Amino acid sequence: MGARPVAEAHDPIGPRAVTNITITCDGQTIVGVLGQTLAGVMLANDVAAWRATSFTNRPRGAFCGIGVCFDCLVIVNGQRDVRACQRRARAGDVVEFHRDAPLARREERP
Amino acid sequence: MSRVIVIGAGPAGLAAARAARARGQRVVLLDASDYVGGQYWRHLPPARPSRRESALHHDWSTFQSLRARLEHDPMCEIVTSAHVWNLDRGRINVLIGEADASAREARHYDADAVVLANGAFDRVLPVPGWDLPGVFSAGGAQAFAKGERIAVGERVVVAGAGPFLLPVASSLVQAGSTVLGVYEASRLSQLVRAWGARPWELLGTAHKVTELAGYALTHLRERIPYVTGHTVTAIHGEDRVRAVTISKLDAAWRPLAGSESTLEVDAVCLGHGFTPRLELALAAGCRLTEQRFVEVDEEQRTSVTSFFAAGEITGIGGVDAALSEGGIAGHVAAGGRLEDPVLRVLVARRRALARFAERLARAHAIGERWSDWLEDDTIICRCEEVDYARLRATSAQTQSSGLRSLRLVSRAGLGVCQGRVCGRNVEAIFAAHAPDGRLSGTMDRRPIATPIRLGELATSGDAAVTSKYQTPR
Repeated sequence: MGARPVAEAHDPIGPRAVTNITITCDGQTIVGVLGQTLAGVMLANDVAAWRATSFTNRPRGAFCGIGVCFDCLVIVNGQRDVRACQRRARAGDVVEFHRDAPLARREERP
Repeated sequence: MSRVIVIGAGPAGLAAARAARARGQRVVLLDASDYVGGQYWRHLPPARPSRRESALHHDWSTFQSLRARLEHDPMCEIVTSAHVWNLDRGRINVLIGEADASAREARHYDADAVVLANGAFDRVLPVPGWDLPGVFSAGGAQAFAKGERIAVGERVVVAGAGPFLLPVASSLVQAGSTVLGVYEASRLSQLVRAWGARPWELLGTAHKVTELAGYALTHLRERIPYVTGHTVTAIHGEDRVRAVTISKLDAAWRPLAGSESTLEVDAVCLGHGFTPRLELALAAGCRLTEQRFVEVDEEQRTSVTSFFAAGEITGIGGVDAALSEGGIAGHVAAGGRLEDPVLRVLVARRRALARFAERLARAHAIGERWSDWLEDDTIICRCEEVDYARLRATSAQTQSSGLRSLRLVSRAGLGVCQGRVCGRNVEAIFAAHAPDGRLSGTMDRRPIATPIRLGELATSGDAAVTSKYQTPR
């Protein structure tokens, strides 16, 4: 269950050979296809969430898919706040998740 | 020779660039993506060749020929990965490089004429649970299908309003998903009223109607239920989507108690229409229409001299309208006249399509009582995690009808997406709870048109954002 790549044999576009790449995602090595975005590689590996929200520590992943919502932010090769849906994956990319110490919840703030 | 700058390389922008080049003017075509085509012709990158990518697209040959002509034209400079982050007194400030990178190349353009063709994005109404992973905007699900060949789920529902839900369902089916249903919130009687009246007006839009019929056939073949007057009113799951509740709606989109049913799904696609990207037009000083699109005249001129607009930022009309408007805008921006014979077909087509667009807007208008399906703890502003109760409490406490102060108190719309996703929804909720039911202010103004890093702002040279507190060097 969840997101997955289109099965090549059943793809009506008749895909030709692709180049596989590997990236590190939250410490795990995962395989993607050259030309996919980081969000694409993660979704293809059924990684559904890659961020925890700052107030309520809830999981978030891709939502708008076109760079508008900024829900899909990740840390890429040490750089924070990169939209995973807008950044093409490169072989060897190291993706880390934003897991900030939860900020005080609104009700608890002075 | 003068120079026309076109912002946005979707159908409208490509058509504008082509028309301006046909008039012999130099063109610079800017787009934030790394490939041209916009959201409509979102496609696979060159690293992923295929035999029949056209199977995923409409008018693919139109795109291919536009792209080929412009790419091989030395007088048309196509700048991709170009992030227009500010527009100041006619100067267009751009950062060129990967999205959200640092130390990108800063450039600015001063144009004799500008065509704004930067499009629109999905408007998604909040629903309890819509912040769960596995919920996508309808356009997002389609972008992953067309641009990456990824199916967002195995068992999917598509819900919202408007004919765009149909191509989204088609894209999902082509990606191998099982689409359990397309839920159109507008009721059948409303659709019939808007679509059935004066059918002769649709004669000029035969192409559009065939396209819709094509999607309807996909639906029959795949046996996807198309259900009107229903929508997803709750999304369930702990850390990802597991199920949805579907409810029947009345004419104002109020859910009818007792009508609920549950479906097990692993992805949900939501779209309730589109929000135009207005920040650049507003920065230029362009006037908006009552429906809050960029106001243009017959020649696609905005209210600001030498600024033109085309495509979805002037109204949601689809690809044919965008191509016509772009063609007219590019031609006139390059010094042509509306009466020129070359525009005759485009002008007639645009007129017919304008009626089509009006019908779309009427048939699928958002119901006034959609907020009835919200719960107190439903997140409205996803960035700042502001829920429905918080918005109502802010209205009650402040008794304010000023959007600015309501935002500052509640924090709604102050996050990193700059109020793009929640903007219209937050406005609607605050307006409904304002003392006199009216709200002043708008979420559409964004002087920094897209978030950039402070380091880039600091080193952007003579760029636009100046401060009276600047230290002398």
